[in-house]
Amino acid sequence: MAYSSKVIDHYENPRNVGSFDKGDDSIGTGMVGAPACGDVMKLQIRVNERGIIEDARFKTYGCGSAIASSSLVTEWVKGRTLEEAAKIRNTQIAEELALPPVKIHCSILAEDAIKAAVEDYRRKHGQLEQQAEPKAA
Amino acid sequence: MQLPIYLDYSATTPVDPRVVDAMIPWLRDHFGNPASRSHAYGWEAEKAVETARENVAALVNCDPRELIWTSGATESINLALKGAAHFYKDKGKHLVTVKTEHKATLDTMRELEREGFEVTYLDVETDGLLDLAKLEAALRPDTSVVSVMFVNNEIGVIQDIPAIGEMCRSRGIIFHVDAAQATGKVVVDLGQLKVDLMSFSAHKTYGPKGVGALFVRRKPRVRLEAQMHGGGHERGLRSGTLPTHQIVGMGEAFRIAREEMATENERIRMLRDRLWAGLSQIEQVYLNGDFERRVPHNLNVSFNFVEGESLIMAIKDVAVSSGSACTSASLEPSYVLRALGRSDELAHSSIRFTVGRFTTQEEIDYTISLVTRQVARLREMSPLWEMYKDGVDLNSVQWAAH
Repeated sequence: MAYSSKVIDHYENPRNVGSFDKGDDSIGTGMVGAPACGDVMKLQIRVNERGIIEDARFKTYGCGSAIASSSLVTEWVKGRTLEEAAKIRNTQIAEELALPPVKIHCSILAEDAIKAAVEDYRRKHGQLEQQAEPKAA
Repeated sequence: MQLPIYLDYSATTPVDPRVVDAMIPWLRDHFGNPASRSHAYGWEAEKAVETARENVAALVNCDPRELIWTSGATESINLALKGAAHFYKDKGKHLVTVKTEHKATLDTMRELEREGFEVTYLDVETDGLLDLAKLEAALRPDTSVVSVMFVNNEIGVIQDIPAIGEMCRSRGIIFHVDAAQATGKVVVDLGQLKVDLMSFSAHKTYGPKGVGALFVRRKPRVRLEAQMHGGGHERGLRSGTLPTHQIVGMGEAFRIAREEMATENERIRMLRDRLWAGLSQIEQVYLNGDFERRVPHNLNVSFNFVEGESLIMAIKDVAVSSGSACTSASLEPSYVLRALGRSDELAHSSIRFTVGRFTTQEEIDYTISLVTRQVARLREMSPLWEMYKDGVDLNSVQWAAH
């Protein structure tokens, strides 16, 4: 499969690989995917007292597109508020990396990882609104 | 050393230069149609085709008259299975094959199911081999055809063809063997084997793509219904003008295989064993398929906690293939590895290395070093590796399947 140059760049020089301490209050952790499906993404965000994401880390088990998608979103979430980060859509990721149709699921997984990390941070801080819109099954 | 290093000999082999040299005159100068009976152009082409037929027959110890030229193993398998199933349908409409067969067999069987045949797909054991008792139990009075591959294309294991042949012959069941991956790797002796139909390919044995053969036994005689109709070539079983240059190439490739396979396989086995000795030093590495009953050039390895496609990307200086079909539209891991009972994770993490005639020790050593480095790099990036190192049992985690 021919990858775009952006995918190859992120794959060969992944940004922000690593882990934060899950137990730290300023950290939100999202882990999505399943080994059986061939991809698992762990995305962590460090959030300051003003609600802005200061730093991010990822670890991903998956194909080149999955690694590139998660590397890209660690760059994108930095400097954003939780609300802004949660608005990142998979279509933006797919477009930026020029993912082929068979790899769109990688961008969906990356979007899910951001949401899961934001949700985890909010849960830790008692900010999880109960009126949140119902999730699609 | 030329990069990328080719370690995908089970996908296809380079055409041996001696084979190329043998083929060229049949393109450049001797263009006659082997079916032309009225002039020297046709006669010389026919003679070349028959010499090639003798060379192929000699490698597998059969009568040249028992071989029919085809476009490759896929066509041979289609002709064998559809041809025999249709011809013997009054005997019965039950067919038996194995879950780890090549798609050429499995998809042909699916087509026969659509036509009203009933097919039993047998499981294999964890080593990739067929349990003969399970095969025997699957055979019925209305079973007309059994099809089992000689050598598996993904994991290289060798099925017990002599024993299966005895089992089928004693019951009057037609036995077809897909030998695409076997020629030049294991001894194929059709004088001994009770095999009725056998499919061959040229391009897995240093011949050209686009040509193959089907063995159809004369004693006891096996009948087929032709699938291709036209000028009545190949005794009416496969019409179509014979591609002289391709056939000459297959003949030369099989002649070389017969002469050199004994010494060549020892060298190839040594390289394969060297590769495994190096790769097995890596933590959490698993060999897929039995190691002993296996062709000498195949190594199929799962690198736990690393996804196969990303590893292939990481070792792009080495041309290999992955058991993970994440490279195609489906996200399913190899059905062959799943049939061995491998977990989805390990099936997703597998790489097939196949060495061959032009592989060098230097290339093997380079590969070991590259794979070792890149597995370590990808594991540093893998959340599963991190969890494993932290002592988390991955089976205890509630994963959200997607």
